[in-house]
Parts: sequence; C-alpha cells; structure tokens
Amino acid sequence: MQTSLGTKESTRAPEAAAYRQLIGAGSYWMHEVKKGETLRLVDVEGNQAADTLFFNADNPTERYSAIDTLREQGNVYISAGTVIRSDLCRPMLTVVADTVGRHDTLGGACATESNTVRYALEKKTMHACRDSYLLAVTENEHYGLSKRDIGHNINFFMNVPVTPDGGLTFADGVSAPGKYVELRAEMNVIVLISNCPQLNNPCNDYNPTPIEVLIWSEEA
Amino acid sequence: MNDLIYGDTLPGGKHWSMIMRRHTRLRLTDVEGGANVGMLFYNPANLSERYNMPDTLKGQHTFRLRQGHCLYSDMGRVLCSIVEDTTGWHDTVCGNANKALVASKWGETSYQTHSNDWQQNGFDSFLVEAAKYGMGRRDLAANVNWFSKVAIDGSGAMTFDPAGSHAGAIVELRFEMDTLVLLHTCPHPLNPATAYPRKPVRYGILEGDKPSDSDACVRFAAENQRAFENNRLFHCGCC
Repeated sequence: MQTSLGTKESTRAPEAAAYRQLIGAGSYWMHEVKKGETLRLVDVEGNQAADTLFFNADNPTERYSAIDTLREQGNVYISAGTVIRSDLCRPMLTVVADTVGRHDTLGGACATESNTVRYALEKKTMHACRDSYLLAVTENEHYGLSKRDIGHNINFFMNVPVTPDGGLTFADGVSAPGKYVELRAEMNVIVLISNCPQLNNPCNDYNPTPIEVLIWSEEA
Repeated sequence: MNDLIYGDTLPGGKHWSMIMRRHTRLRLTDVEGGANVGMLFYNPANLSERYNMPDTLKGQHTFRLRQGHCLYSDMGRVLCSIVEDTTGWHDTVCGNANKALVASKWGETSYQTHSNDWQQNGFDSFLVEAAKYGMGRRDLAANVNWFSKVAIDGSGAMTFDPAGSHAGAIVELRFEMDTLVLLHTCPHPLNPATAYPRKPVRYGILEGDKPSDSDACVRFAAENQRAFENNRLFHCGCC
C-alpha cells in the first residue's frame, strides 16, 4: 500500500553553512537554532535514526508535540511541508527540504526499559537514546529540563509504515547514504538529537552510524 | 467476583481523575454512541512514569488500540490491559482539542454566559486534573481517546470515523499496577459534528483478579510477557 514518497531538494550549499558537526552514534547533540536559521540533518552512511526533540529556547517548558503535529496536518508522516508544532500547537519549525520522503514520529525513542520489552530482559544495560536524553538534560541544567520534559520524539530517517487495517510495521529504511532533511526554525529552538545507538534492530542493519548537522544563518 | 465497587455517569464535556488500585477494573460505557474519553495514566509512586504511546504501539505493532492490547509506561511496565472492547479501534495519536480549536469548531462559550453548558476542551481538562497531583503541562503525554476511531489510508492520511462507536459500546481495563488515571469526556479533536458533541460516559470500578498465565492480554505478544515480568519485578521490589 506504500505510495510514492514526495521528496524536495534543497538549494543550500554545504560550503555556505555557518556550522557543521558530525555526531557519532550513541552521542547526543544539544544546540540552539535561531528563528530564521535552517538546520539540515544528513544520514551520512544511510539507514540511521536521528531521534530528535525540540524545545522553545525562550521557554523550554514548551516542547515538540507529535500529537499536535500529526493532528493538524492530518497525516502520520513527517515530510516536506510538515509544520513541526509544540504542545501549545504553535509552529516551531517547517520541513523545507527532504530527500528521504518520510520520517516517523510514532515509534518513539529506545530506552533501556523498552529494550527489555522489545528484545530481552537481559538487554537492560545496553545503551539507548533515552539515556542520552537524560544525560543531556542533566548536563545542561541551565535549561531547567528533566525527565518530565522528554516527550515523544521524531525519528528522522526511520520508516514506520502504518497500514489501513491499523497495523504498525518497521520497514526497511527508505533513507540512504547522503540523504537529508532540512528544517527552518519558526521560533528560537533548542534541538536535542540522540543519534540512535540501537544494536538490536535490523532497521539500521545492526550498525549505528554517524549523522551530520549543518546550520545556515538567516538569509538576507 | 468482579463486583461493582462504584459506578457513576460523567456528562459529556467534563473531567475527573482517580487512582485505580492494582487488579481493579475500570469499565467504560458509551451511553448514547459517539462518546470520547481522553485518558492519561501515571504511576502515583513516581509521577514521572507515565503512559507511553510510542512504546505501546511499537511493542504490539499496532496503530489502533483494541482488546488484548496492554498500555505500557515509559519504564517498560504494563499500566493496564484492555480486557474487553466492543469497538475494536481506539485512537491514541490525535491528542486533544484545545480552547482555540473548540472555539473555531463550535463557537466561543464561557462559564459566565453558559454555566455548566460551557464547551470545555480536553487539553485544559487534563491541565486541571494533572494539577491536583502537583503536575503541569510538562507532565502531559499522548493520551488515549477511548471510543474514537481515526482511520488511516495508504498515504498516512487520517480520517475520523463517526461510526467508530455505538450506544452501549464497552471498554474495560484491568490495572496491572496502581495507576493514577486522568480523564475527560470532551470531544475528539477531529470530530466533524456541527454542534459540540456532549456525550455521557458511564464508568464502573470493579473488583478484579490478577491475570492468569493464559490471560489473553498476557499472551498477546512476547513483548507483553516481558513487560508483565517487569511488573512482577517492580512489585517484589527488584527494580
């Protein structure tokens, strides 16, 4: 039932980016992006998952909301044109380019506890995205964030098709080396990415790989 | 067995909360058809442990909730099991209407002018109930919308199905750990009704038993069996 995925190329040149950073699998990246700036995430080696949260930098209690984002656009996938909304239903960012075509926000992040349920009770000490999130909010205590603030994230580059009979499947990735998604900030945002360390899931071929982030300044 | 401890009817557009004890059951009835019950779940001993929509969906490979499914917390435990369900499809993705959405769909109201017939919204209802336990907006999460079916097509587009529930429809939950339940009977945010839907919901709290090893919810998936094992460890103080 999968339909063709709409993609949209960017016109921005990586050489013109004001900021570039590689993020290794299993690490987090927490960074402010100003209103009007553009953020690109690159799936460097393909089939990686970038578990991403957003917070309003001027009031971090306002955060990305999967339910508001999906309901307002009437569709369960994140793709070019998606307006990323907060729990106050306000626009935080807009997806302005996307060479993948579909990103997930129903599958959530891996946690040590959910790993015990999904894979095996003995896997409880394996590294997981939520551990990266918990370390990030604790190490960056000036934001005043805690476990309470860790909502349901976006999984950029992950393909989780929903079927018309109400099933949820974890399909082979539609991403590939060099594919990217680009977002324009509509407010000052804190971006928190856990580059997923999952070793138990075939969706990344059991091989977590780096992603790259680029930021372009506001266009004149 | 399964004796009724307490029963009441909530009018449409209202909110309430309660702590359900382990193994008691909560039985909801859509009295007239077309009801919606927004619901959130917390561990009263650690309010940062809450219902987790993504873990629940991916653990059971489902987009809809129905009989046999369990609702997981973010800590890998089962908060409650859906032991009976006569509709087969409950939404947990679309969240709540907020004040602006209710006003744009069904007009502005105020308590001053409309008294108890004001048109309350699910988001503010959860804020009020959460605040009773010292929680706030930061503690909210994706909620369940019992009795509301949101169908999906091959492109991922979602459509509210007005025929998703019917008069007399029932959903019954068995709680697998002590659980704080926040609920509202405000309309689903995608309900296309031209007038504010004000649908009553009857609820009963019943005595219950712990599930057997052959229980349909326990057996639904290997994931559920592992989550129940996490509950067992939690209740014997091993984690």
